Amino acid sequence: MIKTTDLIQISSLNFSYGESEIFQNLDVGFSAGKVTAIMGGSGSGKTTILKLIGGQVRPQKGRVICDSKVVNHMRHNELFAHRKTIGMLFQFGALFTDLNVFDNVAFPLREQTALPDAAIKDLVLLKLHAVGLRGASKLMPAELSGGMARRVALARAIALDPSLMLYDEPFTGLDPISTAITGNLIRTLNDTLGITSVFVTHDIKASFKVADEVVLLSRGCVTARGKPEDLMESTDPLVQQFVNGEVDGPVPFHVRSRSYREDLALVQSENLK
Amino acid sequence: MTLFKTMLSKLGRKTIDSLWTLGVASTFIFRVIARSSIVIRRPNLLVAEMHFAGVLSLVIIIVSGLFVGLVLGLQGYETLKRYGSTGAVGTLVALSLVRELGPVVSALLFASRAGSAITAEIGIMKTTEQLSAMEMMAVDPHARVIAPMFWGGVLSMPLLAAIFSAMGIIGGYLITVVVIGVDSGAFWSQMQASVDFHHDILNGVIKSVVFGTAVSAISVYEGYASVPTAEGVSKAVTRTVVTSALAVLALDFVLTAFMFTGAH
Repeated sequence: MIKTTDLIQISSLNFSYGESEIFQNLDVGFSAGKVTAIMGGSGSGKTTILKLIGGQVRPQKGRVICDSKVVNHMRHNELFAHRKTIGMLFQFGALFTDLNVFDNVAFPLREQTALPDAAIKDLVLLKLHAVGLRGASKLMPAELSGGMARRVALARAIALDPSLMLYDEPFTGLDPISTAITGNLIRTLNDTLGITSVFVTHDIKASFKVADEVVLLSRGCVTARGKPEDLMESTDPLVQQFVNGEVDGPVPFHVRSRSYREDLALVQSENLK
Repeated sequence: MTLFKTMLSKLGRKTIDSLWTLGVASTFIFRVIARSSIVIRRPNLLVAEMHFAGVLSLVIIIVSGLFVGLVLGLQGYETLKRYGSTGAVGTLVALSLVRELGPVVSALLFASRAGSAITAEIGIMKTTEQLSAMEMMAVDPHARVIAPMFWGGVLSMPLLAAIFSAMGIIGGYLITVVVIGVDSGAFWSQMQASVDFHHDILNGVIKSVVFGTAVSAISVYEGYASVPTAEGVSKAVTRTVVTSALAVLALDFVLTAFMFTGAH
């Protein structure tokens, strides 16, 4: 699952939130220069992988290597230097609500560079132009639609010209046009800037259109990976259930529990009699 | 016996949890203080937070101070009249305000107005992933967001307490001198003769700095530690107001015991 040429290599990784185990001996790599989609059911740990790459959470065991550096062993300053090379798009944009669109995109430039105001202005307008929102620079986040907010957040995420882009559920809550725009932007930015992109999503149609490769997570490890067309043709029942959106299958409809009969109150009282 | 054991176990668990929270909160505040150089490097961040915590609290502080002064003047006059020493009402109003009511009431008002707003703002930033976004931009939220809010509160508090006390004295003057007719000279001269700069005013300022530090620390910690949901933020805001009020009253007792008992 991991190639030595992969930009990101996650190996023998165990991770849990308290008692809840998310990954057990996870091995997965992400190729440089490619767009990779991470898919899987809710709670399968898709977003956690992005957090592990960004160093926002640390694994209990194993290593997360990014560009030959072990992320989970980094100290505070190293971690912040590592994050300067990453752009991350959050699920709902995470725009700063007290700043307008221009200032949101200018934020990382003002914080991380000593560029003069004129240069920052031009860079911000350049990034906003790339996402088609140069004309919305004076609007406040509350005045934006969900799709526009996501595009502003994308402009902000690429403000520092990252070499790696992480997208957390970029298509969630978007209408078909916004979904297509966002998908197109992910692909175009990756190819024109020559970066590596990893995104997590539930959206089969949009992601299969954009991604070079798809990684399917289930029960704490990688169940399948390959090109979108390979997964479409896979005979693996789990892949089939996910791709076709089947209600029941290897991922059961019901959460594991006692028998239905044992749980019902009236049946229990009958038994007591 | 089993019930006793269960109760003891619950008490032990609560004590351990409280100590754990205190430890986590202290670590958090030390981390914020350690990353506070930003308020010197970029004073505009501090000024913005002082405007938010201090200037926007002015109305409630001025109005409350005035009313507290009016009540103090009225009650003081009625009591002192029995002993024929109504001229001392200025002293009574001033000492009550600078020693106790100024720092304490303004801290309680500050916790309700600014403290709750600070907690809500940080909590909502956490809920909407703005703090995570900042971290991923390699910007430390402890330094960029929390430290200016903390120091903004610490520095605003003594100024607000001073304004509260000044407004209270004006209120006392209005009701006793202007309305009731106490001699203006007696009001001011007795106040001037009785209020000591070091013993009364400076100790009042020290109190307000301590209260400001406590309320600001509680406010930023509760916001940062809040559960990132609507209910979580709402509970955090409530905890800020309740914990701040209790902390201010408890600290006031301790500080008063040290400052105003014994030799004087």
